[in-house]
Amino acid sequence: MKFLPLLWSNLQRKRLRTWLTLASIVVAFLLFGILQTMRAALTGGADLAGVDRLVTINKVSIIQPLPQSYLNRVRSVEGVRIAMSQDWFGGIFQDDRNQIAALTVDPKIFFEVYPEYSLPEAQRAEWQADRAGAIVGSAVAERFGWKAGDTIPLRSNIWTKSDGSSTWDLKIIGIYSTSNGDNSSLYFQYDYLNEARSFGRNNIGMIVMRIADPSRSADIARKVDEQFANSSTETKTSTEKAFVQGFANQMGSIGTIVTAVSSAVFFTMLLVIANTMGQSVRERTNELAVMKTLGFSSFQVTAMVLAEALLLTVLGAAIGLGVAAMAAMSLGQAIQQFFPTLGMPANTYIIGAVLAIGLGAIAGALPCAQAWQLKIVDALRKA
Amino acid sequence: MASTASQIVAVTALNLSNLRQRVGSSIVALIGITGVVTVLIGVLSIAEGFRAVLDQSGAADVAIVLRGGATDEMGSGLTLEQTRLIADAPGVKRDANGAIASPELYVVVDVPLRTTGTAANVPLRGVSPNAGKLRDQFRIVEGRNFTPGKFEVIVGRGAVKQFKGLTVGSRLRWGTTEWVVTGLFADRGSVAESEMWTDATVLQGAYHRGSSYQSMRVRLDSADTMRSFKDALTADPRLNVKVFSEKQYYEEQSRTLTTLVRTLGTAIAVLMGLGAMFAALNTMYSAVSARTREIATLRALGFGAVPVVISVLAEALLLGLVGGVAGMLISYFAFNGMQASTMNFATFSQITFAFTVTPALLIQALIYALLLGLLGGLLPSLRAAKLPITTGLREL
Repeated sequence: MKFLPLLWSNLQRKRLRTWLTLASIVVAFLLFGILQTMRAALTGGADLAGVDRLVTINKVSIIQPLPQSYLNRVRSVEGVRIAMSQDWFGGIFQDDRNQIAALTVDPKIFFEVYPEYSLPEAQRAEWQADRAGAIVGSAVAERFGWKAGDTIPLRSNIWTKSDGSSTWDLKIIGIYSTSNGDNSSLYFQYDYLNEARSFGRNNIGMIVMRIADPSRSADIARKVDEQFANSSTETKTSTEKAFVQGFANQMGSIGTIVTAVSSAVFFTMLLVIANTMGQSVRERTNELAVMKTLGFSSFQVTAMVLAEALLLTVLGAAIGLGVAAMAAMSLGQAIQQFFPTLGMPANTYIIGAVLAIGLGAIAGALPCAQAWQLKIVDALRKA
Repeated sequence: MASTASQIVAVTALNLSNLRQRVGSSIVALIGITGVVTVLIGVLSIAEGFRAVLDQSGAADVAIVLRGGATDEMGSGLTLEQTRLIADAPGVKRDANGAIASPELYVVVDVPLRTTGTAANVPLRGVSPNAGKLRDQFRIVEGRNFTPGKFEVIVGRGAVKQFKGLTVGSRLRWGTTEWVVTGLFADRGSVAESEMWTDATVLQGAYHRGSSYQSMRVRLDSADTMRSFKDALTADPRLNVKVFSEKQYYEEQSRTLTTLVRTLGTAIAVLMGLGAMFAALNTMYSAVSARTREIATLRALGFGAVPVVISVLAEALLLGLVGGVAGMLISYFAFNGMQASTMNFATFSQITFAFTVTPALLIQALIYALLLGLLGGLLPSLRAAKLPITTGLREL
């Protein structure tokens, strides 16, 4: 502890350089935090997918429907606890650019299939009772100023009603909350869509099911697909994680490339910083010799050099990640139309801490080794 | 004035000639700037490439007709009767076989990506015999065109590179039918090259679409007749349709993704630019402090402050220039022409494109690099000029 003032005055020696180095570290870790956030966003929340959920789609492609009768046949497969169908609605509010992820579900079992979503009990009952009822995420409600009780005309870019119109009036029942970052979707009743649509009636888009034993997911998926093998409509069942991951992969190499290039740059920045910090210690070689002459042990001198480097990197990393967490929130809002994000992933702090300590160690390593082996006479002669 | 100029030349030359002594810290700043330029160009070349594909996909004298309320071909639907009405509308160009119009179907099929092996939504377009006439540069580059009435497809040049098992002669199984790839086609690098094409009537059968279509492409007499064509269709009570020029249709599709990529790319580049600027500042400050005695000597000999400032700035700009050029070269050779594919949110399907490093992008990045160098050199150079001569001479 008593060395702290000494550490501090060492950092003050060239105050400008210290500040600039600290600023570089802050920027490097800010970049790191944002990259981690982007990577998490680009994997499309695959890590958040339910481990006990499977998704069945038409084998040809996700846009091809399944017959509604498949739902009951899936429910009868051994190991399936509960199954629900979903249809993509292709929602548009007012302007073509305001696209909303709107899906039809079954309000009676929605919260059982997706236990991570919640809605007050009274609203749940109301939703089940109201055919045209819809629940929405907080972000989308905020964006368009919707509140419970509003009736909104939602247009579909796919479905038309039998009368030729493509506008569906939905009543906002409430705003759901969820732990998986999906705050910009809209869910409403399948029956409402199915009865009024002019084509595709009694078809369903896909089936989402929960299974009792996640370790048997591959086995159950195979059994589901076997039910429909060699029929005119074959299915493809995968875990929700694989489904989401596959979807994220469709974003393609863009994310990977950006992340790879930026990571390379991040590490270069770290090396650059390590070099600058190392240099500032090397310049003081004969000062270290003086300290040794005064009776400081090799260990004490080395520890002090290291502590100085660590102080700077850890401080810089903490500030950088703090700013990144804030930036991630606003970034998340900017791109939530495309990806659900939860902000910066929590493990960023752990990785960041490891990197900061590693950076400090590398920056301090060479000067430390020199300080350790320093022969007082040689060092004093250097000046 | 002449003496100031000659002083500048002399001090700058002196400064640059002993740059070798400060090579370590200069390289640090160089790496920083090179990295920034590389990433800036790399990211923005994605947006450029994507925009290039969609930009050149659209002709001004070709109209796309969709169902009213639809925003893209995927969600649209037209009946056979409607497509006939549209073909008969005024302003539609005709040749010996009648109106140059192609009613089309647009669906996606699962084809594995080459990179990850996971399924991707690859567009499969059912076209009429006129489709080639609506796309000027369309040509078969390998194999032959599909035979109408058969389960045959031709594959775009871009798609075959990004997705597995689409080479000529491959057999594909979708649903209960087996399809054969009979040829590869090119269309001046447009979005069509991300697609697979087959006969529309065959696709109607395979996808249980009856006699309905999804979109209709129509060649007009000229781009000027677009308005009257549009008015004629919207006034017709038998039709409820939306008319775009092909150009406008693709411009709208590219907007979302290019905005997203540009915003992210710029944000990353600005951040990294800050980092590089701090590195440059550090380098230039230590360069100035290493030369304190030298600068003081020069000043004592009668050199003015301006030549000293300029010599430091010149060194910083040189760093920016070398770093910028290195970044330009690296990014050009690493990224330009690199093939990639991504999800086109507008149609929910894959689009293939090539990273495109344009000259404008290179110049933009170089300017950025020079700016970083300039900012990195400005404050240190002022410090060098303000250095009191007597204390400077006393420095070690």
